[in-house]
Amino acid sequence: MRLPNFGIMVAAGASLLLAVSTLHAETFGDPPTSGFGKPIAEPDLALWDIDIQTPTGKGLPAGEGTVAHGAEVFAERCEACHGEKAEGGPMYGTMVGGIGSMDKNPRVLTPGSMYPYAPILFDYVRRAMPLDAPQSLTTEEVYSVVGYIYHLNGLVEADAKVNAKTLTELKMHNRDAFIVDDRPDTKAERCMTDCQPIGTVADAQKK
Amino acid sequence: MEVEDLKIEPGRANAKPGDRAADFAENTPPGEQIKPTRRSFLRGSVIAAGAAATGVAGASRSSAEALPVPESSMAMGDPIPEKGYGMPIEFEEHVKRHRTDVLVNKQNFSDWSMTPLQHQTGIITPNGLFFERHHNGVARIDPEQHRLVIHGLVEQPLVFTMSDLMRYPSVSRFHFLECSGNGLTDWTKAASTTVQQSHGLLSCAQWTGVPLSWLLAEAGVKPEAKWVMFEGADGSGHLRSIPIEKVMDDALLAYGQNGEMLRAEQGYPIRAIFPGWEGNTNVKWLRRIKLVDQPDQIRGETARYSDPMPGGKWRQFSMVMECKSVITSPSGGMSLKGPGLYEIQGFAWSGNGKVTNVDITLDGGRTWQEAQLEDPVLDKCLTRFRYRWNWEGGPAKIASRAVDSTGYVQPTVEDLARVREITGFVQHHNGIFPWAVSQTGEVTNAIA
Ligand code: HEC
Repeated sequence: MRLPNFGIMVAAGASLLLAVSTLHAETFGDPPTSGFGKPIAEPDLALWDIDIQTPTGKGLPAGEGTVAHGAEVFAERCEACHGEKAEGGPMYGTMVGGIGSMDKNPRVLTPGSMYPYAPILFDYVRRAMPLDAPQSLTTEEVYSVVGYIYHLNGLVEADAKVNAKTLTELKMHNRDAFIVDDRPDTKAERCMTDCQPIGTVADAQKK
Repeated sequence: MEVEDLKIEPGRANAKPGDRAADFAENTPPGEQIKPTRRSFLRGSVIAAGAAATGVAGASRSSAEALPVPESSMAMGDPIPEKGYGMPIEFEEHVKRHRTDVLVNKQNFSDWSMTPLQHQTGIITPNGLFFERHHNGVARIDPEQHRLVIHGLVEQPLVFTMSDLMRYPSVSRFHFLECSGNGLTDWTKAASTTVQQSHGLLSCAQWTGVPLSWLLAEAGVKPEAKWVMFEGADGSGHLRSIPIEKVMDDALLAYGQNGEMLRAEQGYPIRAIFPGWEGNTNVKWLRRIKLVDQPDQIRGETARYSDPMPGGKWRQFSMVMECKSVITSPSGGMSLKGPGLYEIQGFAWSGNGKVTNVDITLDGGRTWQEAQLEDPVLDKCLTRFRYRWNWEGGPAKIASRAVDSTGYVQPTVEDLARVREITGFVQHHNGIFPWAVSQTGEVTNAIA
């Protein structure tokens, strides 16, 4: 068993550690004086370390794909659930269109309309799709099918090369649409008598 | 969902606290065989009890018949099995988790299943009834094979086996979990019939495990680490990034739930617990923790689990489940059997602290009276409230409104719709939820 490296931590992040120990002193009591984790080197985690920092593209692997190959991958591995040209199938609705619908009702949510950063599609397909065999595509297949879906959404040319650089540079329509949590956003009062009756969504939209 | 129509009998006006003033009797759905026993027993016992009381208002009562010796008193019971996992008695067969059937998904892998809150008698949800939300079905993981990794911006990446993790001193905490999508079918229309359908993505358990802060400290957090990514070992590789302050505050790596190891549906063998935060942040089947300087902004942090806002905007990282409450009895699909005393019961909870007050209205919000909170009242935990109501028999609109320890008052959906955009599948519905009681005692959803 390895000894915990509390010494290194004190040197490296004394202020953070201090803040941390005050916090869990209150919530959980003293941390244990020894630990049981085993050291492992980052390279030995390569097959696990699959998340992508999507705004910067950090984590996108080397390699490249094409829209044409993506169409083949899609027909073989995705179409049964997502339908022809990703326009909706037995397991999921459309993955095409919706750009410009964000101030309409309904908003049409697709990778083209909704994703603020293009590498999101790479991250998601690589980790989660195809639903019946996740993590079974090669890097080249993921780049290709990602290119194909963005092509169907009018964001990528038919002859485009799809790789870490082009995906990171691809500007998405919904990029500036996000605001970070700023709740509480209501200020209800604890009225006890002579109150307004409980209103509905329609009441809010009327006034 | 076959709508389970529940009838509530009026109880004694002088019922002592702790007595169940109202009994449930299952109404047999049309076309189904009538089971003779339970319903008639319940009805009989309530009437008998009522007749013994004096000065009762309400229903007219006839005297009960003479009681025979019950069969169970004249027979041996079931033998004790050599071993087994005890299950509820067959008369409670109807108490089931139920897959969403108001919004019906096209497949049952990225789907959800809801807790029968109308049948939950205390603040703890039994493990077999705990709500489910998965993104690619239920992973079944051999704990011997499972590994947890902590890496990224740390001094020393670490890997843990389950037996490593179980060696740490452990802590236990009671906390609710609620899906951010709870109630999403019931903003603009009264789509749900029962409280299971409208609020059943809510459950509560005692969680046992190791404070995440201890494990991160062991790996040595570098000062640049501001966020922590949590990733599951299921087929969706479900991932959420969490601000480091929350991880270091009250977050748990949980392996225990209500006195036993986690159920597969709850992330066996380990999951994250972020008290008070939306369900999907509490990553199940946890395999990897990575310290990073900024969130990954993956699909589940942008295109999903974000809230539509006016002007085409989206609010993201809206993690806290704000203060909320709902009446579970009487609730949608039930019917009151005649005027008299009913105990209004329900749950209140807040992801920001403790519930301090719950108020009840009987007239659609014009006047409110304070309900009683039942101990224990815990931080970020379901709290039971009770209020005695003498229903005189006219139409009523009943609802609860909770206040938490930050002073936040549960809003109406009108309040919420004034500041947010209600379009599509809108998350974070913590609006006051009214039930209408008709002249004849039928209880229906009155949200719109
Ligand atoms: C067995 C059925 C099935 C197959 C095969 C399948 N998918 Fe999916 N896909 C789904 C389901 C179901 C969802 C919704 C999952 C969720 O939201 O949790 C989904 C979601 C997606 C999304 C997210 C869409 C959005 O709007 O954010 C993308 C992208 C996607 N799939 C791409 C693919 C690709 C590419 C393939 C082929 C390599 C594929 N899928 C194969 C069933 C499938």
